[in-house]
Amino acid sequence: MALSYRTKRKLRKAWDKTALAVSVAVLLAPCLFVFFWMISLSLKYDIDNTAWPPVFWPDEPTWDNFAKVFEESPMFLYFWNSVQVTGSATLVALLLGVPAGYGIAKAKANRMAGILLLSRMTPGLSYLIPLFTMFQVLGLIGTVWPIALTHMVITLPIIVWIMIGFFETQPHELEEAARIDGASLWQAFRYVALPLARPGIVVGAILAFISSWNNFIFGAVFAGRTTRTMPVAVYNMLTFESFAWGPLAAAAIIVMLPVIVLTIVIQKEIVQGLSAGGVK
Amino acid sequence: MAGGDIAAGARITATKASGERRLRPYLMFIWPALIVSSALIVFPWIFTIWMSLQDWHIGSASKFVWFDNYTNLASNRRFLEAVGHTMYFTVLAVFLPMVLGTWAALVFHKKFAGRGFYRTLFIMPMMATPVAVSLIWTMMFHPQLGVLNYLLSLVGLPPSQWVFSPGTVIPSLILVEIWLWTPFCMIIVLGGLASLPTEPYEAALIDGASQWQMFWKITYPLVLPFLVVALIMRTIDALKAFETIWVICNGGPGTSSETMNVYLYAQAFAYNQVGTASAVVVVFFAIIVALSLVLLWARQKAKWN
Repeated sequence: MALSYRTKRKLRKAWDKTALAVSVAVLLAPCLFVFFWMISLSLKYDIDNTAWPPVFWPDEPTWDNFAKVFEESPMFLYFWNSVQVTGSATLVALLLGVPAGYGIAKAKANRMAGILLLSRMTPGLSYLIPLFTMFQVLGLIGTVWPIALTHMVITLPIIVWIMIGFFETQPHELEEAARIDGASLWQAFRYVALPLARPGIVVGAILAFISSWNNFIFGAVFAGRTTRTMPVAVYNMLTFESFAWGPLAAAAIIVMLPVIVLTIVIQKEIVQGLSAGGVK
Repeated sequence: MAGGDIAAGARITATKASGERRLRPYLMFIWPALIVSSALIVFPWIFTIWMSLQDWHIGSASKFVWFDNYTNLASNRRFLEAVGHTMYFTVLAVFLPMVLGTWAALVFHKKFAGRGFYRTLFIMPMMATPVAVSLIWTMMFHPQLGVLNYLLSLVGLPPSQWVFSPGTVIPSLILVEIWLWTPFCMIIVLGGLASLPTEPYEAALIDGASQWQMFWKITYPLVLPFLVVALIMRTIDALKAFETIWVICNGGPGTSSETMNVYLYAQAFAYNQVGTASAVVVVFFAIIVALSLVLLWARQKAKWN
């Protein structure tokens, strides 16, 4: 029996809907499970964390693991180190990178943008050996400033990259009008283009902040006992207490929390911002 | 500039040299960033190349040895194995996130209720701190107490040694890489899908084309330039992968998951062999540049077709 055109279309629609729902579920399941497991580990006593079969959700969730992390290590100090490093690396990168992105976009200097790709290609470790030697000579090892300076390698390209994409799509009529009224190039940038670019600057700053916050390797090499950034501090906990799973998971959550919050703040713009840069 | 007409005329006659002409006034915006980034990149490079020609163990005097460090690498088994591990790791850590990311982009490009929310959840892994994520995976990989072996037992599969056996360590690390970086590929491809025109699809629907045909005949060729961008970025990042490998298994067991990056970190900061490590950096960078050039060339081809 042949199906009528109408039922066929209905069947196809139902099939498409199920396929879509299954796809979304399959794609999201691993992502959600790892986050769920992290939270679960952080809320359980170690007796539950090392039980077999695993305990998926504790009968009595506990905050002890979080308390333990703060008791046993100077988390606030590490947090402050991370804020100093990431904050200063992002701020300086904004000061240098936003005008550079503007200049490259307006002059269509695509070759300059190529230099950015080069900085992404360079292995992080190649910066580390020479800079480590240099900072040792300068006596800066043991302060947070070498870490902040090396983080510029991460933050500057991101901000320039995002700003090029942003300024290229900005209509230039307003600046031209300002130029005809006698504004200098700098004034046209400062009073016309820059205020309009605020959303782009926010996205660039947050993405740079996130990448710098998450970076491990520069801190791992340059940080001393009191200058550890958050990721380095958490890594060190792993080497010292590999079987205290609860506190480790709690520490992992503490490191990630600022980044997760920022991601939620700019979730809509992340997709736009990142894919705009990709077209070049 | 005096007189709009003259300026306009100059602009038309100077189309060929317009790059030069337009750049000069804007240089004042660019040079601060340019100076800082070249200082951060060029100084380390000169230093690295110079050091790669020295036999230098931190704490003792250095000796100029020309290209000995390089020729030694050619017969260094541990290094050659590291190159092999890097290639194996990179192929899988590029290919699988690309395929899954493209699929995810196609799914999240469709309009459905709650799309924005699910998409935000989906990109969380690439924003999460890799060291912290690696920690959680380390606990999940535990052969006796880890949740992954429990999940395998639920579907009737035998337990795996995961990162604790030389045979399964790299595929296990790839799982973490897929988890972390599929969202990145998804975002780039999603940007490509967003820029697609709708007309070809309407025409194809009228002609009765199937979903599969529409993907291969319309979507794929139009999105190809974006796929190549994602491919280039992912390849560079996969070659340089460090944190996951270092945190989860330290290049082990033994040296079975030691990639070039991990090898050179150990040489430089565990054994203080600065000369050897610098030579590895130079070789490593040459490989990255060569691969990127091949991919960029592929991108040009993708654009013209």
